[in-house]
Amino acid sequence: MAYLDITHVEKSFGANHVVKDFNLDIEKGEFVSLLGPSGCGKTTVLRMVAGFETPSAGSISIEGKDVVALRPNQRNIGMVFQAYALFPNLTVAQNVGFGLRIAGVPASEANARVTEMLRLIGLPDLGARYPFQLSGGQQQRVALARALAPKPRVLLLDEPLSALDAKIRVSLRTEIREIQRQLGITTIFVTHDQEEALSISDRVVVMNAGIADQVGTPFAIYNHPATKFVAGFVGTLNSFDATVTDATTGAIRLGDTPITLNKPLNASAGSKIAVALRPEAAQLGRSDLREIALNGRITEVHFMGSIIRISAEVAGTRLSLDTFNRADTPPPPIGTDVEIGVSARDFIVLGS
Amino acid sequence: MDQMTTAAPRARRRRNLWSWIAFTLGVAYFVLPLIGMFEFSLRKRRDAYSFDAYTSILGDPQFQQTFLYSLVMSLVTVVLGLLLVLPTAFWVRLKLPAMRPVVEFITLLPLVIPVIVIAFGYIRMFNTSSFLPMTGSIMGTNILLAIGYATLSLPYMYRAIDNGLRTIDVGTLTEAAQSLGAGWLTILYRIMLPNVYTAVLSGAFLTISIVLGEYVFAALLDRPALGPYMVWVGGNKAYEPAALAVIAFAVTWGLMGLIQAMSRLSKHTRVAR
Ligand SMILES: Nc1ncnc2c1ncn2[C@@H]1O[C@H](COP(=O)(O)OP(=O)(O)O)[C@@H](O)[C@H]1O
Ligand SMILES: [Mg+2]
Repeated sequence: MAYLDITHVEKSFGANHVVKDFNLDIEKGEFVSLLGPSGCGKTTVLRMVAGFETPSAGSISIEGKDVVALRPNQRNIGMVFQAYALFPNLTVAQNVGFGLRIAGVPASEANARVTEMLRLIGLPDLGARYPFQLSGGQQQRVALARALAPKPRVLLLDEPLSALDAKIRVSLRTEIREIQRQLGITTIFVTHDQEEALSISDRVVVMNAGIADQVGTPFAIYNHPATKFVAGFVGTLNSFDATVTDATTGAIRLGDTPITLNKPLNASAGSKIAVALRPEAAQLGRSDLREIALNGRITEVHFMGSIIRISAEVAGTRLSLDTFNRADTPPPPIGTDVEIGVSARDFIVLGS
Repeated sequence: MDQMTTAAPRARRRRNLWSWIAFTLGVAYFVLPLIGMFEFSLRKRRDAYSFDAYTSILGDPQFQQTFLYSLVMSLVTVVLGLLLVLPTAFWVRLKLPAMRPVVEFITLLPLVIPVIVIAFGYIRMFNTSSFLPMTGSIMGTNILLAIGYATLSLPYMYRAIDNGLRTIDVGTLTEAAQSLGAGWLTILYRIMLPNVYTAVLSGAFLTISIVLGEYVFAALLDRPALGPYMVWVGGNKAYEPAALAVIAFAVTWGLMGLIQAMSRLSKHTRVAR
């Protein structure tokens, strides 16, 4: 039995079935992200764990005890909201100490804890300020400290970085992850940003229309997407229609190029299947690592600094590939015919 | 083109002139009677201006008693109104946003229904031969009066507090507090009330000024309030009513000034949210 068990949870708002047979086991100290497009039910799952919504069916238990019947203020779960939600009438220190005060922690102990938390979030001197005197990033850090101060059993974060500037978003997510590791607190992090989810999570749950399509490590999610949706939503993907020539050996034909995937396919010879390739699995020109050469024509070149993303037309479809910038080789001009090296083992066969 | 450039400033100057005239007329409309009343209130002594009318009013034990009574009643009314309105407005914003227009309409009813109707209704409901004979004792009548005043203050209290709640994110703040272990009372008292403090104060001061001047309720329930006293003075003295009116006016403006001062003093609202 895991630390936090979400088992067969369903949620409907009237006729709107928002969460469908949701299952998730989280170990103590794990950092799990719920990733999915807006409206797919991430917030609803989080709110059911927090106690703000009641599941239509299923159970949620923490440390083996079902919490569904408990009110939010009885669950001892910390929550951080997208809109910060600091109490405007209280100073930073009072905000952080709010949960301790409610819990009846003696003042001296509470003050020590508040000081400790403010140091943890890197704002040791701002205790006397009011929320309106802080930047967005600072406010969200205070909200994190406030949620963590009463030592909750689980920490929930609902798109905590969405309202912030790109730069702060990246630095704060690293900081959140560091603090989470330091405290070893079990955490669920909701985001619609795949880069965010992949970069800081132990495991990622990719959600699609109320269903958890895949649960796995960022590495597994990215390299072995279980569904077409996951493959398309996480990272950039080049997808091609190919014709099966031999299902048992996995032989397919991509345009004029025969490719042997060396794994059995669940399709009959002559039928069409979808295969996909990550941009980093293709390169300009042949190489020893990439045994297959596809013919293509350059259609777009995006210089992004250390990486150059090139689009080419291959077998009637667009293929994006990434190359590292090198000062001695400028990218090819648009319209050039090129050979693109790929490898059979990098092809992802897309399921339904 | 040339014509337009010269015509535009002239038109603006003319419009300016008219708005000045309107403004002056408006000020005269409000200020002249006040000046006249003030001047009249100073003429109690025959040969010179004096504050005799004021000392006569302020020294009258009747005035002191009724003023104190009404002041205490107004404070009770404020507390009663707050206990009734804050949780209601909070709950409606949190759980029943669709009901807000309905609740707002109900709170406006005291402005539409004449006070005398409400007062007679109360007296009929709670007279000595009713199921709850509140008019049977002085304390009961006082309580009934405070409840009546709270009804009269509903439109102001509800609007003020509801407006105050609009400036904060009631839903998310409530959930944040709940996740930190707070119950409803804590949320109302520690989070909602402090954040609508200025709004509550302005509702409170409006309530106080209404209660201080109220006549119908107090007269029908036969309580020694300031309203009936003012009417009595008006019917029996010459210069004192004017002095009383000026005093009432000063109290009202003093309260308005306090509202302004309070909203400046509140620490966390110095910057617009
Ligand atoms: N309280 C509610 N009442 C009715 N529908 C809701 C409620 N909360 C969420 N929904 C609906 O549930 C769906 C999922 O919402 P949500 O969990 O907020 O998605 P996400 O957080 O992934 O963007 C949406 O279609 C939304 O309209
Ligand atoms: Mg959401």
